[in-house]
Amino acid sequence: MAVVPQKELLLKMYKAMYLIRTFDNTAGELFFQGKIPGFIHTYVGEEAVAVGVCANLKPQDVITSTHRGHGHYIAKSMFSRKSWEEVVNDLKALAAELYGKKTGCNKGKGGSMHAALFEVGMTGANGIVGAGIPHGAGAALAIKYKKEGVVAVSFFGDGASNQGTFHEALNLSSIWKLPVVFVCENNQYAISVPSSYSVAVRDISMRGAAYAMPSVTVDGMDVLAVYEAAKVAIERARKGEGPSLIEAKTYRYRGHFEGDPMHYRTKEELEWWKAKDPIPRLRTYLLTLGIATEKELKEIEEEVKKTVEEAFKYAEESPWPDPKEAYTDVFYE
Amino acid sequence: MSERVITYVEALNEALRQEMERNPNIIIMGEDVGRYGGIFGVTKGLLEKFGPERVRDTPISEAGFLGAGLGAALKGLHPVVEIMFVDFIGVCFDQLMNQVAFIRYMTGGQTKVPIVIRTEGGGGLRAAAQHSKCIEALFAHIPGLKLVLPSTPYDAKGLLITALRDENPVMFIEHKKLYGIKGSVPEKPYTIPFGKADIKREGSDVTVVAWSYMVQESLAAAEELAKQGISVEVVDPRTLVPLDEETILKSVRKTGRLVIVHEDYITCGFGAEIAAIVAEKAWDAIKAPIKRVATPMVPIPFSPVLEDEILPNKKKIIDAVTSIIKESKK
Repeated sequence: MAVVPQKELLLKMYKAMYLIRTFDNTAGELFFQGKIPGFIHTYVGEEAVAVGVCANLKPQDVITSTHRGHGHYIAKSMFSRKSWEEVVNDLKALAAELYGKKTGCNKGKGGSMHAALFEVGMTGANGIVGAGIPHGAGAALAIKYKKEGVVAVSFFGDGASNQGTFHEALNLSSIWKLPVVFVCENNQYAISVPSSYSVAVRDISMRGAAYAMPSVTVDGMDVLAVYEAAKVAIERARKGEGPSLIEAKTYRYRGHFEGDPMHYRTKEELEWWKAKDPIPRLRTYLLTLGIATEKELKEIEEEVKKTVEEAFKYAEESPWPDPKEAYTDVFYE
Repeated sequence: MSERVITYVEALNEALRQEMERNPNIIIMGEDVGRYGGIFGVTKGLLEKFGPERVRDTPISEAGFLGAGLGAALKGLHPVVEIMFVDFIGVCFDQLMNQVAFIRYMTGGQTKVPIVIRTEGGGGLRAAAQHSKCIEALFAHIPGLKLVLPSTPYDAKGLLITALRDENPVMFIEHKKLYGIKGSVPEKPYTIPFGKADIKREGSDVTVVAWSYMVQESLAAAEELAKQGISVEVVDPRTLVPLDEETILKSVRKTGRLVIVHEDYITCGFGAEIAAIVAEKAWDAIKAPIKRVATPMVPIPFSPVLEDEILPNKKKIIDAVTSIIKESKK
């Protein structure tokens, strides 16, 4: 039986996906204009995963992220903050972080690959593949020990499921029955290496059996499918019944990084996945079932576009950090 | 000071027990730390006293449980993660270097990372290359980690309590050959500030800077050298990060001669760092070449004859001290 969220939540999910898409497409364009230093990994195409999961989370719940973390940051903010104004501020702080500005969420010290927002339980994007997975287990250990009744979610990719940290963290979480959900975003490629080649099993969810935990593969291009699977796993964790593994099969539309020539995949393949795009899919669903009107959705889209524009304008106009800032925050004093 | 005499291992155990009584957020994780009481006995009796929620035997998965320790620290606990032998750090080095040490900085100070990583190193037990190393310089090279190497039971207890009250990642490195040594240790909890060296023996002719087990060898060397009329000052920095430069420089300004002794490898060892600091800041006071007594660049061999050949010891320290006395400027 499908668990269908109420209208307010459905519209919020739509808005969150649209926000991530617009933010990251804009970030990609600005990167090519030379506005963003370093390199960025965008979440375009994978929005349904972060949103479907985070729509089930409370502000006190904790997530760990990946090098492709903008979507997690935005989704956790959207479903944790009480007001849209706070989300807008978080978005500005993320944009400013991408620019390396003083007003960035990490004060310009981390950039895209480390963007964090501890206030809403987002412990940071992570530049090392698979490194965040045991952090989720450890956060869950603290939660269980302190009887806080919240949960931890670790996001990671198909590539990370080949790392030792994945297997070690799943084993630890299972033997200690920790309140954690492992969410594998299988976007089919670890840079250029396809998971069909690098992963020994057909579905990454099959790996959960080795650690005696409920595991499921869902259509990661369907936000409602992700939402439903995450709901089951998160409720199980909240009840103290232990960890679960979710594999969401998805696809990134842009390169691994901006500037990636993408010669390792075909246009046809990209088009095949785009036909399953989660955003028009939810849009059609909302309109067809009469849950929302064209006007309501247009309003959301316009507001999002305006907000993203504002966020990057804020980043552009923000001051650089004081060079002396480089020496602070090494240790807590 | 109390005259109670206990071993280094008992001093560490007492520090853990007293701090766990004081702070319910302290938990211990590691291989064989529970029922076994730690492979060297440091956590003996703690499982019985504090229960399995606070004293957790882990599977053999250092990257997993060090990473979990970090996650727990981010969520408000103060974990003590035991890496059984410092040699095993290789299997979890990413968690140490890129995660534990950097998370606070990378996130612009959004979080504290209160975690103590307890481990031990050192040769002399005929344990060969994968269970005998001293590799503290590796950790001194990573910004964001404090680095503590106690040489006596008194320092072991006081420094571990300080580590457990510090809100930063602390690498706390014990030594196999120190676990059994005895010394006077007060029963009540006490702290020893990081970054404050201890002059273990006063002297006027040569400064010997040493830490961990090499303090014991240096003191034995100083005792013999005294009989030859050479007065050696033994300075134990106790923590390499932060480093008490001032006490080292002051001692070198007094003696004009410096020997640095460590069991870690000589090349890029912390002795090189101290030599550089002294060369930069007290060059005018130096009367003789700076000498280092440290392990040469070979994996630690098994056979007692081979291991004894390469490890620094009292005799090598005596040789270094007497040679720089001879080489001194008039």
